[in-house]
Amino acid sequence: MTEPAYILGIESSCDETACGIVADGTDVLSNCVASQIELHRRFGGVVPELASRAHIEAINNIVASAMEQTAIAPEKISAVAIANEPGLIGSLLIGLMAAKTIAWIWDVPLVAVNHVYAHAYAAALDAGPIDYPAAALICSGGHTALYRCDSPMDMTLLGGTIDDAAGEAFDKVAKILQLGYPGGPVIDRVSRDGDPKLIDFPRSLLGGGSLDFSFSGLKTAVLYHVNGVPGPRPTRGGRKPGPSARRASMQSNAGRGIENFTPREVADVAAGFQAAVVDTLRIKLRRAAEKTGAKTLVIGGGVAANSALRKAVTELGDKLGCEVRMPEMAYCVDNAVMTAGLGYHYLQAGKTADLNLAACPTVRR
Amino acid sequence: MEPSFAMETLETRSPDETLAFGRSFAERLGVGDCVAMIGGLGAGKTVLVRGIAEGLGLDDTRLVSSPTYVLVQEYPGASPIFHLDLYRMGDPRAELADLGLEEMLEEGVTLIEWADRATDALPHNRWEIAIEITAESSRRFTVTRLE
Repeated sequence: MTEPAYILGIESSCDETACGIVADGTDVLSNCVASQIELHRRFGGVVPELASRAHIEAINNIVASAMEQTAIAPEKISAVAIANEPGLIGSLLIGLMAAKTIAWIWDVPLVAVNHVYAHAYAAALDAGPIDYPAAALICSGGHTALYRCDSPMDMTLLGGTIDDAAGEAFDKVAKILQLGYPGGPVIDRVSRDGDPKLIDFPRSLLGGGSLDFSFSGLKTAVLYHVNGVPGPRPTRGGRKPGPSARRASMQSNAGRGIENFTPREVADVAAGFQAAVVDTLRIKLRRAAEKTGAKTLVIGGGVAANSALRKAVTELGDKLGCEVRMPEMAYCVDNAVMTAGLGYHYLQAGKTADLNLAACPTVRR
Repeated sequence: MEPSFAMETLETRSPDETLAFGRSFAERLGVGDCVAMIGGLGAGKTVLVRGIAEGLGLDDTRLVSSPTYVLVQEYPGASPIFHLDLYRMGDPRAELADLGLEEMLEEGVTLIEWADRATDALPHNRWEIAIEITAESSRRFTVTRLE
């Protein structure tokens, strides 16, 4: 029996410093993540200057922990996989330098992986290969995109956000509702006490066939609902009230500022917002699946941990007769085992990088 | 030295009108120009940037998205268009230097959201556009030229 291929992955594209070891692309042996959430919580988001510094402080310990947890000797590692795009440039560079150094010292190949593609692969971890072609929905704080996937490495972008990312909308709405950071988990939790149908927030679909996303208008609708719409009040017998006024009529404290909302009213706003995001994501994923003839629906990224989205995608899969692949919760957020898992496929295909590999901060469309 | 400036205001009644305003405003811009945008959540800063970018020769305006997380995005216009967002920067002056604001100002047109978080870190010569929400779909733009 041949020895499995062990890949060491490194990820530092945003606010997590991570290292993990994966055997043969799917078996996770160690998954170490140093999160900077606590560090960034008081700023209500990622502070890149702090992020770079925190990556430098964390990276050596994280790699050492990942190695210790597996008891696999360095000479058994087949390759080092690094997410070198996209992300914050200062953060990407820390992981990239660490990966190059390790690959050089251990004299093993370096493999470059796209962080967003890795999210589309995360569902294979601890589960097994994904059946292609697949339609993949990747949504996180920085990304919201749909892909056609023909293999772990062959990804075709079908659409993306034209303004805010889904996770960014969760964070900004959590800020409007004064629920704290990060917004995704807290809105998911608070929504359970709310009625998702009470407030009919807009679903921006951008026309019949569009696979792009827009969450900016939804964010503004929540803001109006909470703080009221500026400008003159509609006069009696005048124009019909606009959508914001109609939404406001559904809650007694609407438009009076968040400090006047009862916990139940906050929960109704959170649930209504979440339902609008989930509906939009579900409808677009359905369009992508139908357009591509996908056998499998895949989700990934931090928003893939959202319980309402997971439920909606599960139901969509049943309706379309598609298999549904969702990452385990630990593999939704940024991690390095998805990097290592996807890196295995690049290594198998002979697609290795050299030590001149650059970091590429922007998403290519 | 007293700053010299000229101020004008304009109101739009829909995102489409804001896009049109952005396209026409772009006619005043060239390499080296910096536009500082000031306005809260939902004011329409990204919509305005989309209009300006289109006016500056960007073909695929779907490329324009919120740079809140990525901090800076570059779009291919007639000259490069740099789209920045200070919303999440803890120390914008240091961040902007790190990101290469100097080089961006030399190479193309620089559009900055949440600029009020660090006006002292911005070039002295710049456009400022303050956005107020005046009604559900209406926005008032106050344009100031600082020199």
